[in-house]
Amino acid sequence: MVVDQTRDTMETSKEQARKVYHAMVRARILEAKFSSLYKAGQIVGGVYLGKGQEAVSASLGANLEWGQDIFAPLIRDQAGRTAFGEDMLDATRTYLGSVKGPMKGRDGNIHRGRPQEGLLAMISHLGTSVSVLGGMLKARQLRGTLGTSVGATCVGDGATSTGSFHEGLNYVAVEKLPVVVVVADNQFAYSTPNNKQFACDDLVDRAKGYGVPGHSVDGTDFLACVETMTAATEAARRGEGPQMVVAKLLRLGGHGEHDDGSYVPEELKGSRYGRDCMEVGKAQMIEKGWLTEEELKQWQDDAKVEVQTAVTTAQKEDAPDPYKESWTALSRGSFREW
Amino acid sequence: MPVTYIDAIRDAQYKALEEDERVFLYGQDIGKFGGAFKATKGLQDKWPDRVMDAPISEDAMVGMAIGAAIEGMRPVVEMQFADFSSVGFNQIVNNAATHFYRTGIPVPITVRMPSGGTPGSGPFHSQSIETLYAHYPGCIVLTPATVSDAYHMLLEGISMDDPVIYCEHKLLYRWLKSDNYDGDGLPIGKARITRSGKHATVVAYSAMVHEAVRAAEILKAEGGWEIEVVDLRSVKPLDTDTVMASVARTGRLLAVGEAFPWGGVTAEIVSRITAEGFHLLDAPPMRLNAKDSPIPYHPKLWAAHRPTPESICHALKKLLNY
Repeated sequence: MVVDQTRDTMETSKEQARKVYHAMVRARILEAKFSSLYKAGQIVGGVYLGKGQEAVSASLGANLEWGQDIFAPLIRDQAGRTAFGEDMLDATRTYLGSVKGPMKGRDGNIHRGRPQEGLLAMISHLGTSVSVLGGMLKARQLRGTLGTSVGATCVGDGATSTGSFHEGLNYVAVEKLPVVVVVADNQFAYSTPNNKQFACDDLVDRAKGYGVPGHSVDGTDFLACVETMTAATEAARRGEGPQMVVAKLLRLGGHGEHDDGSYVPEELKGSRYGRDCMEVGKAQMIEKGWLTEEELKQWQDDAKVEVQTAVTTAQKEDAPDPYKESWTALSRGSFREW
Repeated sequence: MPVTYIDAIRDAQYKALEEDERVFLYGQDIGKFGGAFKATKGLQDKWPDRVMDAPISEDAMVGMAIGAAIEGMRPVVEMQFADFSSVGFNQIVNNAATHFYRTGIPVPITVRMPSGGTPGSGPFHSQSIETLYAHYPGCIVLTPATVSDAYHMLLEGISMDDPVIYCEHKLLYRWLKSDNYDGDGLPIGKARITRSGKHATVVAYSAMVHEAVRAAEILKAEGGWEIEVVDLRSVKPLDTDTVMASVARTGRLLAVGEAFPWGGVTAEIVSRITAEGFHLLDAPPMRLNAKDSPIPYHPKLWAAHRPTPESICHALKKLLNY
């Protein structure tokens, strides 16, 4: 395990680092449970995990305040959701199809959200979240309620190839809106490697083209992630316009739990980006004296209970009833035709 | 001082901006320039913050509107031409249109679509694509044919909580005039009997209502035929009841649309009336649409691509002689 000695000079606060790491622990344990439930046939549909990307995701989510800021997560952002403040029950209810979940069984897994509380419910079409975030912030600007709120979204390397991502980032840049766009460059978009995804040396080089500051970070380096996301979020909050963060790392699993990721070369798994940010973070936290083995064990034990409670609760709840379903996409029920 | 169809669109936006602080306009060249068709002329002068120019990014324009709507605003997006909304299609049908069903939070956006052909406009500035937005669940699709409807339906659309696709016909912009915006008070969702008749029903919408009325006048003069013309006004919801009642009176149905022929609004009307009103029909129902080719540039080709009073008369004679 390599721990970067340069960290001592950096100004990562203990409190923030603990908040981030705690969220990572809870998310990793929750996602491990989802994986087990999927393999046991208890979850219908896909299960998409953030394993290996928790440091990137949680350090972004921990910089956002529920009720004030906006977060548009993508498929590998359980840790960011947890750090932002999403109730674990929202996750278990959605994955397990409880009618009491925020999506009521109408959408599943990572597509959940509470848009009016600032947690957007992603659609599967990549890059679409950037302009939506921009519109939310623009609305606040028009009403004079923007204050110091920011919007943040995570995407992967693959999303940067979409027109929607380009249009969205260009838009928020033109309007200088307080947005943080995090690109988790995890080397693969599903099974497609980066050399078939983009031709530039580094995705962060694109920031200049959009006229926004670009931040690079090793996505496996826990403390570096905490520091970079904090700096990027604060810059956006100060009114310095959109910030683009590119975090390099490796997805520690398949695209979803249906995929063994066997196409990922062993050489890459053994590289720096193949490190597990949970392990890196643990070593960093313990070395700094910001966390003890005993505390970590307690966090893990507590998280297991929390996860089990959330799963058990959701499992006891009713599934949606097709006979009680409205079967209309319109809020104006009188326009229902079928 | 008569008002035109484009005046109605401009004045409805003026009224919406004036009466509701949640309303803002967003689109390409709509600010100081006043829009490609001047539908927003002078509005930015009065509301500098709420009439905003957009980059050439239809996807981001709709995405931005979705976000603002989630935050409680009432965005009105101007597509410069309906044809270009294909670039924003995904945000409309997959994001805006699914949002209420998925999350319970409505997305009250209005997307204005300058639609339909005009001479010389060619394949990419002429399309009528209301069918695409009607196909997906989650949008209300408006197709006003009169000055009064253009005005009142835009205002009513903006006030609705669901995504509204407002298809305004470019051919009507300047020649369709009225003394004022007074209308008959029909709400969205109700079709109108534009012309009463007893021998056959023509169902049309948008600019085709006017072509159908011309055809009806020709047949009246030629042979005393009394053709009933139904203006759908909105294609979603589609007022099947009014069409059915008309067919019950006439026994004959011709559905006319300017869109491409495969599927679509006219097919939907024929399907519904055949399935639910088969016993009312004295002749096989007919459809008349544009041709199954891109919309041609040359005025001579263009005029033959879309239904005309002559081609509608031809179809009606076949229907009446059955």
